[in-house]
Amino acid sequence: MIAYIIRRLLYAIPILVGVNLLTFTLFFVVNTPDDMARMQLGIKRVTPEAIEKWKAERGYDKPLIYNESAEGMGKITGTIFFEKSVKLFILDFGRADDGRDIGHEIRSRMGPSLAIALPVFLLGLFVTVSFALMLVFFRATYLDFWGVVACVAMMSISSLFYIIGGQYLVSKIWHLVPISGYAGGLDAARFLILPVLISVVAGIGSSTRWYRTIFLEEIGKDYVRTARAKGLSELAVLFRHVLKNAMIPILTGVVVVIPLLFMGSLLVESFFGIPGLGSYTIDAINAQDFAVVRSMVFIGSVLYIIGLLLTDLSYTLVDPRVRLQ
Amino acid sequence: MPTILWTDALVFLLVACAVATGRYVSRREYLLSSWRRVGESRSGMAALTVLAVFVLIGLLDSLHYRPRLEAVAGKTANGYSTEVRSALDALLRPLKAGTEKTYSAPLATHLYARETVEQPDGTQARVFPRLRHGGIHLKDPVADWTHDVATRILLGIAIAVLTWLTFAAIIVQAAALHWDVRRQTAWRRIWRGETRFAWNAVFVTLAMLMLFCGPAVALAGGYHVFGTDKVGQDVLYLTLKSIRTALVIGTITTLAMLPFAVVLGIVAGYIGGWVDDVIQYLYTTLNSIPGVLLIAAAVLMMQVVIDTHPEWFATAAQRADARLLALCFILGLTSWTGLCRLLRAETLKLRELEYVQAAQAFGASSVRIMGRHVLPNVMHIVLIAVVMDFSGLVLAEAVLSYIGIGVDPSTISFGTMINTARLELAREPVVWWSLVAAFVFMFVLVLAANLFSDAVRDAFDPRLAGRRVASPAHQGQAA
Repeated sequence: MIAYIIRRLLYAIPILVGVNLLTFTLFFVVNTPDDMARMQLGIKRVTPEAIEKWKAERGYDKPLIYNESAEGMGKITGTIFFEKSVKLFILDFGRADDGRDIGHEIRSRMGPSLAIALPVFLLGLFVTVSFALMLVFFRATYLDFWGVVACVAMMSISSLFYIIGGQYLVSKIWHLVPISGYAGGLDAARFLILPVLISVVAGIGSSTRWYRTIFLEEIGKDYVRTARAKGLSELAVLFRHVLKNAMIPILTGVVVVIPLLFMGSLLVESFFGIPGLGSYTIDAINAQDFAVVRSMVFIGSVLYIIGLLLTDLSYTLVDPRVRLQ
Repeated sequence: MPTILWTDALVFLLVACAVATGRYVSRREYLLSSWRRVGESRSGMAALTVLAVFVLIGLLDSLHYRPRLEAVAGKTANGYSTEVRSALDALLRPLKAGTEKTYSAPLATHLYARETVEQPDGTQARVFPRLRHGGIHLKDPVADWTHDVATRILLGIAIAVLTWLTFAAIIVQAAALHWDVRRQTAWRRIWRGETRFAWNAVFVTLAMLMLFCGPAVALAGGYHVFGTDKVGQDVLYLTLKSIRTALVIGTITTLAMLPFAVVLGIVAGYIGGWVDDVIQYLYTTLNSIPGVLLIAAAVLMMQVVIDTHPEWFATAAQRADARLLALCFILGLTSWTGLCRLLRAETLKLRELEYVQAAQAFGASSVRIMGRHVLPNVMHIVLIAVVMDFSGLVLAEAVLSYIGIGVDPSTISFGTMINTARLELAREPVVWWSLVAAFVFMFVLVLAANLFSDAVRDAFDPRLAGRRVASPAHQGQAA
C-alpha cells in the first residue's frame, strides 16, 4: 500500500513538470514579458524605460531559460524559468502584481472558500443521491418520468441564472439574508446559507440524472433479484444492496473533486462577494495578473492529482476485491 | 461586398460536412436504421424542430457583407463601409436602427425613466418622454395602445395559423402521395403517431413556435417586443444575434477538437507502446489542469496577442471574430481529452477482434486498418460526444463571458447580455426584460439540445438499449 502511494506520487512528478512547461510556454513564450508590460501599462503611451522598470519590479528582467551573463549555477537559476516556474514546486508563488505575497493570500483565502465548498459538496451529495434513489424507487412511474423531465430542465438552466434569480428572490424580494458580503466566525452562516443553497440546487439536475443511471444499472443485476427473492423490502434492497454496490462509480466522480474544494467556486464567490480563492482568481483574471493565474493553475493540478490518488485509495475502502500493488 | 469571416467559413464547412454525411448515410441501410430510431423519438424530433429554427437564424446571421458606402454630397460612392453586417441584420434593420435613449419596457411607448422636458409653454416638467421608435405610429398612446397591440397579436396569430397550415398541407400531401392514400387518411396516420418518423411531434412543436413567433413578428413592426436595454438597443435583436454566437461556440469547438481526439485516440489504442504512453501523458497533463483555469490562462494570452497586433485585423468585426474562433479552439483544447480516452479504450477492444486480425493477415497497413476498419466502428462514440458536448459548451460560453474570458465584449452573445444586465435586477424599479429574454432563449436552446442529444444517444449507443445515461462531463459546468 505504502509502496503504491509512493509510486503514484512519483508518477505525479512528470505530470506536474508537464503542467509547468505548458504554463511557462503560455505565459512567457507565446507572449514575451515585454508584451505583458505593454498590456499592463496601456498600449499607447509606453516607453522602453517604463517597460524595463515594470519588468525589473516584478523580476521579469531576466533571460527566459539560460542566463549568459551569470556565473556558475546562476546560469540556470537566474532565469525567468527558474524564478517563476521551478519555484512553484516548493510552493513559492512569488508576489502578485500589487506586491502582495501570493502564498499568504492563498492561505488566508482557503478558509472562506472551504466554508462554502464543503457544505455544498456534502449537502449536494446527500440531496442528489437521495433524490436519485427516490426516482429509482418509483422507477417507470409518472413520478420517475417527471422527475427526469425536471432534471433535464434544471440542467438546461445556466448557473448564472440560478445565482441571479436566487439573489433576487431571497435577498431582494423576501429580505431573508444579505445579498452579498462575508464575516468571520459564526456570523458567516448568515452570508453563506444562500450561496450554499443556490449551488446545491444548481447541481441537482445533472447529478441526479447521473446517479439515477448508475442505480438503474445496478438494479438489473442478479444479486438484486436474489435480495428480492429473499423477501427483503424494496427500501432495504435499495439502501443496503444497491447503494453499497454503486459506491465505486459514485466514488470515481466524487472523491476526485474533494481536494479541489479548496479552490472554491469562481461564480458563486464573485457574485456573493466572498473573499475566497475563487474570487481571488476572478479578480486576477480581470486585472490580468498573470502571476496569480499561474499559481492557481499549478495548485489546481496538484490538487487534482491528489484527488486521483485519493480516488484509488477510496476504492480499497469500499470494495475488498480491489488490491493496490 | 460579401465578407467571409473565419467562423463563417467554418460554419459553412460544417454545413457541407453535414450534407455530405447525410448523402453518405442515406445510401447505407445499416447506418440509416440508427437515424430512423432518432426520428422515432418524439422528444427528439420536437427538439430538432426548435433547433432547426435556431440554426436557420444562425445561418442567416453567418452570411456577412460590407454595405457599399452611400454617396456623400459631391462625391461618387466608392469603397465599402468598415461595418460588417449579416443577412439577419438586413432582415432586422428596423430593430437594429430603432435604438432608443435608454431602458424601455416591453411594448412600451414611453421611456422607463423620467426626464426633464421643456413643455411648449416654456415650463419644465419631469415626464416619461415618448420613445423615438416604439409605438411611434400611435396618435394617442394611452388610448390606442390596447387596441393596436390586440390587433397586431391577432394578426400575428393569423399569420402563424396560415404558415402552419401551409406547412402541414405540404407534408400531408407529400405523405398521401408517398403512401398512395387519401389526404384524410394520411393526416389521421400522422396525427395519431402511426408514422415511423414522429411527424406529430414536429407539428405540435411548430404550432407552439409559430404562436410565439407570429405575434412577435407582428408586434416587432411597431414596438420593442422585449423592450430596450441600457443604451436603447432592442433586446429582441440582441437575443436573435446571440444565437449565432452560441451555435458557433457549440459546434466549431467540437469541429476543432475532433481531429485531435479521433487521431490521437485511435493511434494510441491501436499502436500502443511508447506512442500510447506519450499520448496518455499528454492528455493526463492537460486534464489535470482545472478546465476554467486552463481556459483563463489561454484566453488571457490570446488577448495579449490580439491587442498587441491590431494591424492583423481590417475591421472590428474581424477582430471579434478572430477572438471567437480562438475561444472555440481553446475550449476545444481543454475538451478533447475525454473523447480521446473513450476512443483509446474502444480501439483497444476493437484491435483484438477477428475482422481486424483478418485485415492484418491480409497485409493491410496500420494506417489503412485504422482508417477503414477501426474508425467507422467508433464513429457512434464520436457522434454521441459531439451532440452531448453542444449544450455544455453553450452554457460554458455564458459563464466564461461573465468571468471576462469569453467572447469579445463587442460580440453579442448570451454571456455578454447577461453580463451587462446582471445588475439590472438590483435597480429600482426593476429592469427584468433583458435577463428574462436571455434566459428564455438560452433555456429553450439548451433544453432542445439536451433532448436531441438524448435521442441520438439512445439510438446510437449499443450498450444502452433504450436506457438513458447522463455524462459527468456536464456536471463540471454547474456553479
